[in-house]
Amino acid sequence: MKKNLNVLHYHIMLMPGIIFLILFSIVPMYGILIAFKDFKPGRGIWGSEWVGLEHFQFLFTLPDSKTIFFNTIFIAVMKIIAGIIVPLTVALLLNEARKQFFKRSVQTFIYLPHFLSWVILANIVVDLFSTTGIINQILSVFGVDPIMFMASNTWFPAIVIGSDVWKEFGFGTIIYLAALTGINPSLYESAVIDGATRWQQIWYITLPSIKPTIILLATLSLGNILNAGFDQIFNMYNPLVYESGDIIDTYVYRAGLVEAKFSLATAVGLLKSVVSFVLIMVSYFLASRFANYRIF
Amino acid sequence: MVTNRSFSSRLSNAVIVAILTCISLLCIAPLWYTISVSFSDKAAVAAGLVTWRPVEFTLSAYQHLLSDKSFFRAFGISVERVLLGGLINFVLTVMMAYPLSRETKQFKVRNLYMWFIVFTMLFSGGLIPWFMTIKSYGLLNSIWALVLPGAVPVFSVILLVNFFRSIPKDLDEAAVMDGAGPWYMLLRIYLPVSLPALATITLFSIVGHWNSFFDGLILMTKSELYPLQTYIQQLIVQVNTAGMTSEEMKMVAQLSNKTLDAAKVVISMIPVLIIYPFLQKYFIHGIMLGSVKE
Repeated sequence: MKKNLNVLHYHIMLMPGIIFLILFSIVPMYGILIAFKDFKPGRGIWGSEWVGLEHFQFLFTLPDSKTIFFNTIFIAVMKIIAGIIVPLTVALLLNEARKQFFKRSVQTFIYLPHFLSWVILANIVVDLFSTTGIINQILSVFGVDPIMFMASNTWFPAIVIGSDVWKEFGFGTIIYLAALTGINPSLYESAVIDGATRWQQIWYITLPSIKPTIILLATLSLGNILNAGFDQIFNMYNPLVYESGDIIDTYVYRAGLVEAKFSLATAVGLLKSVVSFVLIMVSYFLASRFANYRIF
Repeated sequence: MVTNRSFSSRLSNAVIVAILTCISLLCIAPLWYTISVSFSDKAAVAAGLVTWRPVEFTLSAYQHLLSDKSFFRAFGISVERVLLGGLINFVLTVMMAYPLSRETKQFKVRNLYMWFIVFTMLFSGGLIPWFMTIKSYGLLNSIWALVLPGAVPVFSVILLVNFFRSIPKDLDEAAVMDGAGPWYMLLRIYLPVSLPALATITLFSIVGHWNSFFDGLILMTKSELYPLQTYIQQLIVQVNTAGMTSEEMKMVAQLSNKTLDAAKVVISMIPVLIIYPFLQKYFIHGIMLGSVKE
């Protein structure tokens, strides 16, 4: 009797949250229909005409679509790779540092950009790389002519990837540091007795010990392959670099909300949602299989 | 240890310290530069004289900013959003995490709920249907449009569920013996022992609300209703990117008031900078316990 009462209260506790999720996550899914319709705002979702897969076919004939898919995947993959290597390296270096106070200070500084918005950081980055910005001033000391970084299709993706690493690597470092603290110190002690150098300790003890964490994070990042970072690019790009910087999310924003091509934008968005969902499920399956990871 | 005092070991220590110092400096140098610009003379900034410290120190940008009503209106909207949104996020996260942290023996449909909320996190209708839904609720141009769609931070719920599960079962049993019901358990037993995790999710939620600009941009049709980040985004970033040709871009760069822009950026960073040190010690602890399971 008592037990049933508990379960009833569990349902009551969950109810408000579930209602909000239904209202703001499930109800919008009905709107997916407009990807298969010729949506006219005046006629409503249900009143608009069915067109089947027309928008999807149209999508694949657009010359833009190849570019945006390539940009999205290229930027995302580079971010994922850099987002594993840099935090790992920094965590290894921090782990080797002896002084606690120094470690703490470094950590405080490197997490900081993570907590600032892309509006703020993009503004700072654009300013640094502008033609009159400090980067060009430094270059001019070496006799280099001003480079229009933010208007150059060669430089733009590099700046996007670099500034993303700058913002996020500190946060990734936490997870590796957590894994590093879990290593049994006696392994190092016996290695030192055997005459292992620092490099050998890192190579034969540290890296193998945190291999599962590295694999786990690499696998889970698979699900992000279509997320190249809307907030960042939206705040950093301009029409001159659409060719190298336009990603699926920025395209959907422009096509949908700026140019009012609702159906096309929804079709692109749906394609992205479905592919991302599949990728996340695959990566979760791989992570639970090979890294013994479960969310709950 | 003798090995630690050797020359090569001391050298590698020095190299490690040097590299880490450089990395730390790289992280904060751009922020420091912006602060320097905001305290510098306009002409000195335009001439490119400002590097790592303010040139011809002046508070004129901040004085100018004080008379800018629209900036503080946007600031106020952001504060309102953080308070409202943070409170709603907190209450809902806690209320959802507790039942979901029960074992399936006690709460059979737990995993059904769990899959449901994870599904809403992973799959979405996309931007356009989301926008149309919120519009159809009549929420456009209301503070609730910024707060309600993100009322349940699913990631935080999962974090807290994992934290609650790491709490020893003995505590549970002892409380049940004393006749504690679910609400009593949650409020009097689980919450007090979960401070690090609660601080973490609160930090995430506050920072998330403070930093988001996009919902403000599309859900508010009047610019006087923009929260701070949207306001800044419209003012600074859009101006920078609006110039199509290089000549136009140069003109825009000369016309815009860099010191004033920098002052706005600095003021908008302050709230995050203030709460960051207080919550940092908790959040490292909290996120580790929430994400790494034994």
